[in-house]
Parts: sequence; C-alpha cells; structure tokens
Amino acid sequence: MSTVDAVEISGLKKIFNAGKPSQVDALVDIDLTIAPGEFVSLIGPSGCGKSTLLRLIANLTDPSAGEVRVNGKPAKQARLDQDYGMAFQQAGLFDWRTVSKNIELPLELKGWDRAKRRARAQEMLELVKLPEFAQHMPWQLSGGMQQRIAIARALAAHPPLLLMDEPFGALDEMTREHMQAELLRICAETHTTVVFVTHSIPEAVYLSTKVVVMSPRPGRITEIIDVPLGGGRNDDTREDAVFYSKITEVREALRGIEAGLAVARGIEDR
Amino acid sequence: MRTRSLASIWPPLAFGVLMLLVWQGLVRGLDLKPYFLVAPSDIYREFVDNWSNIWEAMRVSGTNAAFGMLFGAIAGIVVAFLLSQFSLLDELVMPMSIAINAIPAFVLVSVFNNMFSTTSEVPRRLMVTLVVFFVVLVNVAKGLRQVAPIHAELMRSYAASGWQVMRKVRVPNAIPYLFTALRIAAPLSVIYAYVSEYFGGAQNGLGSRISSNIANSKNAVGWAYVAGACLLGLGFYVISIILETVAARRGSAHSRRADT
Amino acid sequence: MSAVTTLVPRRQRAWYRRSRRSLMFVLAIVLVATLWEGYKLVGPQDGGQLFGWKVLPRAKDRVMPHISDILSRFSDPINRGSDETVFSVVLKGVWFSLRLVLAGFGMGLVAGVLLAVVMCRLRIAERAILPYLVISQTVPLIALAPLVVSWGGKLQLFGWEWPRWLSASVLGAFLTFFPIAVGTLRGLQSPSASSLELMDSYAAPWRRTLFTLRFPSAVPFMVPALKLGAAGSVIGVVVSEISTGLRGGIGRLVIEFGRATTSDPAIVYTAVLGAAFLGLVMAGMVSLAEIVVMRNRPKEVEA
Repeated sequence: MSTVDAVEISGLKKIFNAGKPSQVDALVDIDLTIAPGEFVSLIGPSGCGKSTLLRLIANLTDPSAGEVRVNGKPAKQARLDQDYGMAFQQAGLFDWRTVSKNIELPLELKGWDRAKRRARAQEMLELVKLPEFAQHMPWQLSGGMQQRIAIARALAAHPPLLLMDEPFGALDEMTREHMQAELLRICAETHTTVVFVTHSIPEAVYLSTKVVVMSPRPGRITEIIDVPLGGGRNDDTREDAVFYSKITEVREALRGIEAGLAVARGIEDR
Repeated sequence: MRTRSLASIWPPLAFGVLMLLVWQGLVRGLDLKPYFLVAPSDIYREFVDNWSNIWEAMRVSGTNAAFGMLFGAIAGIVVAFLLSQFSLLDELVMPMSIAINAIPAFVLVSVFNNMFSTTSEVPRRLMVTLVVFFVVLVNVAKGLRQVAPIHAELMRSYAASGWQVMRKVRVPNAIPYLFTALRIAAPLSVIYAYVSEYFGGAQNGLGSRISSNIANSKNAVGWAYVAGACLLGLGFYVISIILETVAARRGSAHSRRADT
Repeated sequence: MSAVTTLVPRRQRAWYRRSRRSLMFVLAIVLVATLWEGYKLVGPQDGGQLFGWKVLPRAKDRVMPHISDILSRFSDPINRGSDETVFSVVLKGVWFSLRLVLAGFGMGLVAGVLLAVVMCRLRIAERAILPYLVISQTVPLIALAPLVVSWGGKLQLFGWEWPRWLSASVLGAFLTFFPIAVGTLRGLQSPSASSLELMDSYAAPWRRTLFTLRFPSAVPFMVPALKLGAAGSVIGVVVSEISTGLRGGIGRLVIEFGRATTSDPAIVYTAVLGAAFLGLVMAGMVSLAEIVVMRNRPKEVEA
C-alpha cells in the first residue's frame, strides 16, 4: 500500500460569481486528507458543496484558492494521467455502443490495443457479475445493471481512486442496498480508494470508513465521523448496534446544521 | 435585461452587415458582371425604382399563397379529425402523405394548367392548397393522436365519452401542433405560389417576373423581384409566428380556467 | 427503466408493421385511382363551378386520361417514327436528374456538416450564423434558381466554363445544406452534461470527443434532417431544370410533355410519375441509410 495520500486537500475555496451580488461561496476553508484504501462519504443538505468538492478533486473545475492533490500530484496532472475513475447518478452509458465497448471507452482513449481492451472489459464484467451481457446494448438492461456497467467502466483502467456522485440515487431501495454490497465487494477486491457523494445517511454509514458531514452557506466541513464497522460488512451489518448508533451520530450532526440554518434564517427574516 | 438582449443580437447583426459589405466589395472590387452577382446597392436601387410593379407581383403571389393557406388549413383540419375517428383511414392516408412530402409535388402544376383555363388562378392556388393541406394534416393528426397516457386514464376514470375526450383533451393538445404546421406552411405557401408560375399559365406573379427579367439580362431587376419574394415569405412567416404567440398566450389562460 | 429484453422478439414485430404499412400504401394508391376514375364518371367534361367558383377541373379524356391510358402510354413509342418508348425516355430523364440530385445532396451534406462542426466548436459562430440558417428555411431561396442557372454558359473561371448542370446541383445543395446544418448542430450539442464531463475526466481533446461522443449522439437528429435535405435537393434540382429548361432532366420533360397535351394527353402524367419516382428514390435511400445507422439503437415509440 502506497504511503502517498490518495487525496490531499488544503485551504480549498470555491467561489462562484466573485464580487457580484450573486456571489456564492460554494466551498470555504476545506482541509481534508484521505488515505489509500479508505471509503469516504460526503453528506450534507443541498448547497453544501459536496458535488462541487468531488468535481474539484476530479479537476472538472478549478479552485478559487487552495490546493488539491491526488495521488501525490496536482489534480490536473492526476486527471491527465487518468489516476481516477468517475461514476455519476445517470449511468451515462453510450446508447450506440455494446456493453463491452462502453467499458472499453477509457482504454480506447488511452490507446490500448483491441485484444487487451477486450480482455480487460471481460475481466471487469466478471467483477461486476454480468459477464453474459458483453454484447448487449445498454438500453436492454435495467437501471441497476447499467450502474454496475458504469462502475465497471470507471474501474476499467484500474485507477487507484474512484469518485462517485450519488450513483445509486435513481435506483429503488432494494436495488440500492444490493448495489452497496456489490460496491464494497468490488472495492475490496481492487483495493480502490473511494470518495462517494450521497444524500442517504444509512448508505453513507454502511459504505464508509469515514463520513464527512458538510453544511451550506458557506459550504464547509462540519464534522468527520469515523465508522469502525470493519472490513467484512454484509447484510447483518445493517442490524448491528454500532451501525444504528453511527447513523444517529450522523443524523444529529446534520440536524445541528439544520438548526443552525433555521436560526440564521430567523435572524434574516427579522 | 436590455443589455443582455443586445448582447445576443450583435453577433448575427454584425455577421449580416459584414456579409453585405463583403458582397458589395466583391462585386465592385472584382468588377463582377451582373449576370453573376449584382451589388446590393444596385439591387436596392432597382427595388425602389420598380416598387409599384414589385408590389403588384407580390400582391398576386401573396393572394394565391393566402388562398392556399386558408383552404389547405381548413381541409387539413377536417381530414385530421376524420383520421382520428377512423383508424383505417389513418393507416391509408398517412403513408401517402409521407410519400407526398418526398416528391417534387409542384410538377403537378403542369397537370393543373391543363385542367383549368390558362387564365385561371386555380392551378397555383390548388398547388398551394395541396401542400398546406398535407403539412397541416400530418401535424394536426399527430396532435390529436398524442394523448399522454395519464390523461387518457384520467378521462377513462371519469367515464368520459369519446366526444368529451376530443373536446377536453385532444383538441387543446392539437392546437400548438396546428400553429406549428402553419408556421412551417407559411413560407412554403409563398414558394409554391410563385414556383408554379414557371410552368406557364397566368404570368402575373413573382415567379414569372424573376425568370423573364433574367432571360432579358435585366439581372438587377430580377434580384429586386427576388428580394420582393423574400420579403413576402418573411412576412407570411412573421404573421404565422404572431398567430402562434397569440394562441399560446390565450391557450394557457384557457387551460388555467379549465382547471378550476 | 425497463427490465431486460421484451418477450416478443423485436424483429418479428417490425416485419409485421412494415408489411402492413406497405399493404396500406398500395391500398391508398388504389383508392386514389378509384377516385380519379370516379370523378371522370361524374365530373363535368369542360370544368365546372362549385358555389359559383370555377374550381372543378375538366374531366374529359383529353385532360384527365384514364389510368389505363396513362399506364399504357409508358410502353408506347415516344412519337410516331421513333423507336424509343416513353418509359425509356422518362427513365433517362430521371437518371439524368438523379445524378444531379446526388451531386447536390453530397455537396450540401458535406457543407452542412462542416458548418455544424464549426458552429459547435465556436460559440460565436453559432450565435452569428444560426439565426440566418433558421430564417433561410422560411425565406424562399429557391427564387435564386433562375439566377444561378443563368451562370451556365456565361461564367468562366480560369478558363473553365461553368456547366449548366452544375447550377442545378448547386441549388439542390443550397436547399440541402440548411436543414442538415441545423439538424446536425442540434445533434452535436445533444450529449448530456455528465457525458461531456465524463470525456473531460478522460482528458480527451475536443476532436476526440467530437468523434467518440458528439457525432454518434447526433445521428438520431441527423436522420430527419437528411430526409428534409433529400427532399430539398430534389426540389432544387427540378426547379432549376424547369426554370430554364435544362436539357436531359425530368423537369424539362414535364414542361415539354405538358405543352403537348392537346395532341398527347397522357404523356405529361408519365413525366409527373417520373418526377415522383425521383423523389421516392432519394427518400428511399435515406430510409435505407436510417435502417443501417439506427440498427442498434433504442426505437422511439409512437404514441
């Protein structure tokens, strides 16, 4: 296991429309370190900047101040070196490509030759337990299956880091729980570090080793809660006492934010 | 607010002005012969000089186009209604109208010229009517047909009769489609009105004037008539947009009332 | 999101729909023929009035020949003393025009796609040019036909003389170019924000994204645009042929035969049918391309 931090964020600020009346302090004073192998969830009410933070790590947007380092490099270099894979709420598979060719997409862009790509795609399909669907078209698959393919694509190049923006948001509860278990299994097998944005408290606690609670206006980290549930999480974990107590802890952290916001709103109303 | 709309207007405006200047510059600078390109300034001059003739030709073609729009739209609406009631008719007519869209239908004017006397206005008007009819038919039929499944279920739960469904759901749904069809048909009506003249028959509209002037090497005048035709087409289009906007505004008010 | 593949194999249902549609098309033609003959039976021989307006066409054989007469005219010689049948003359005309149409369509397609790519790449180009593209579909540009055709035989560029047929193709290209540019641009801009971000996350350069994401996404938008373009190229070419009687094409035949109706009533209809055939050939080609290109895509369901 490498000693370089998977993600290192210091003094990060992201301001939209600086100087204008419509200025939005999306993120302010963000310091966060994520060690390799960790599973970190970002959770918080709307507008807390969790998606913005994820996109800053992905170098899909630039910070107003501060630094983001991924895998020991500046975020931009990490993106150019393809050190991470990304999954969104919409699976975003290309309708005109077969499942296998969808998974091959990042490998194509890296210039891999056809045989290697094909082999890796098949390997990923085995990993997400959908090997017989290689030649199917994405729209023939259910939502949960499409998300699994999206995860296979995100991990196809075996990046050390996986970034996920509410990937299970569009799925029903049963499929969601199933996908959470699958995700943990896959990440354990590939030793991937994960940064995961979610709205769901049970999901955050079930999946993560650390839950980062954020609050809005301005967007900042309020609390970081460790979740010592250990590596072998399964369905029984969902009924574990520690699981419930951690959920309560996260919920109260969020409620504290809500109360704070209500107070602030109350002051503004007057 | 005003600065924003100005910001969105200046690129096309600047581009248009630039193109006009380039055009003028090319013709004057390279001394291009009139049979190739005529300078905008010359076109403008001829346009102004011949205005009364141009206007007369525009009036003739415009009237033919308007007749065609009116009768074509009415016929299209009526037949669309019939199609919505009898699905067999629908299956018969629809592939036909799709095929008609693909073929250069104006060749029929040759046939029409024989069916009616040579001085009759009918061939040109009939041509426009046909074209408008098919455009309106296809669009209005689509509008009448496309009822959102949730609305269909709602009306069924009300045990609504077919006629009630038609009035309350299908017709309001079809109205925007009608205006879309008119918007598409408006410039087409002008085009077919004067292209029909290339086939002989009555020769008092824009089409014949354009081709006769060109044949007589009076190109600048020909371009001026082209400008007239463009103005006419643009005018029809603008009218259809205005109608569409008025209907949309009234339509939303109507549906608001229907909700209560 | 629907479950894994439907029960009835997709292909079976498509065949059924298509054969039923063809049957209906044939029936529709039969219906038109019946209406034609029906009007001949009851219609006024020399035209008539409806509510005081002279809008009823002449029903006599001179003007509205029997369908059987029209069809048999095809196999008869073009005129007394000639060996060629009407059918072969019309077919030659269609072939002549078809080549012009294809040339025009090709030029319009290339120009339209190129312009769409430029407008996609440069926002300023889109803002400056797109309004004109949209307006041009309303302004009767076909009015320029006689002008462009008159370049033929008069225009000389570096010793090469502008051939008359090129004018017809250029006009076809002109009418093809506008809908294709607009439709292609819409398609190129259609990918979702997250798909574009995905390509960003792969550090893919703009050109790569264009070919890997934008063009494939654009295909469903280009198909209806191509249909409009095909119809446009036919109209452009035929109108050019008609407005100056370009020799060899189907447009000229329509005019020529149209003038001969006093002696030869059925022949103009053969030319009209030929022109219709031309349009259907182009439409058929685009539909064929559509089938090939949309083969693996989800089908849109009609309400």
